[in-house]
Amino acid sequence: MAEKTFAGKTVEVTAEGYLVNKGDWSREVAAEMAKEDGIELSDKHFAVLDYLREQEAAGAALTIRRVGKSGIVDIKGLYQLFPGGPLKLSSKYAGIAKPASCV
Amino acid sequence: MTEVKEIPLKKVMIIVAKANIEDVYAGLIMANGAVMEGIEAKLFFTFFGLDAITKKRMNKLHTGTVGNPGMRMPNGWPFPTLLGALPGVEAGVSAMMKKQMDELDVPPVDEFLDMITAGGGEVYACKMAADMFKLTMDDLCEHVKDIITVGDLYAMSGGEGTQIIFT
Repeated sequence: MAEKTFAGKTVEVTAEGYLVNKGDWSREVAAEMAKEDGIELSDKHFAVLDYLREQEAAGAALTIRRVGKSGIVDIKGLYQLFPGGPLKLSSKYAGIAKPASCV
Repeated sequence: MTEVKEIPLKKVMIIVAKANIEDVYAGLIMANGAVMEGIEAKLFFTFFGLDAITKKRMNKLHTGTVGNPGMRMPNGWPFPTLLGALPGVEAGVSAMMKKQMDELDVPPVDEFLDMITAGGGEVYACKMAADMFKLTMDDLCEHVKDIITVGDLYAMSGGEGTQIIFT
């Protein structure tokens, strides 16, 4: 496990940069993680992250289809918010595990 | 020692030539999975695969229940080909496949193509097969960008890190 410092806090991350301990997450940590990938998180981004965190806590399997039907953002919008990784990157910034779904 | 440098996959060209649910979905899942990973994806539908992008047929695909050795009864016993030949059995099995996929959040064909194109994936139809089945752009769903020749397909397949996948 690697360690990284986000927002002045040292956190454990996986080889792909996902938080190991969900409790380490904060909006500041999310913003700095995204900044590393060149993404500036807006309120819209955070609305997606909040949705993912809620769904994950409820034990739902996360897919882009589900996010697309959430009413927060459509799938095209999701791709624009998180270029090159609509579910992978959003899950990373949401501080949840890398999605294990194929859709 | 020679150093082997791995070139990451950048583009996939996915060819779908059959109309069975499983053959079409294999192509759709691979294409959607590619765009979700930031990999450029182009789908090329040919021969019976054209059913998957033909408005009238795309959401009515079936899985073959005759001559399909992978078919099983719900209890795991082999599925007799003669049973698969009975009227309505293929439709029933196909409905069951779709229900099981829906439970995994795998969408119907048209919605799946919406998702792929929303991610920047492109959909093409094969000219020869379209001519053969007398299909024009009017018969095909709105996701189809163009009807192209195999030469056009190869012309789009250039670039380091491109793979052509025939499902």
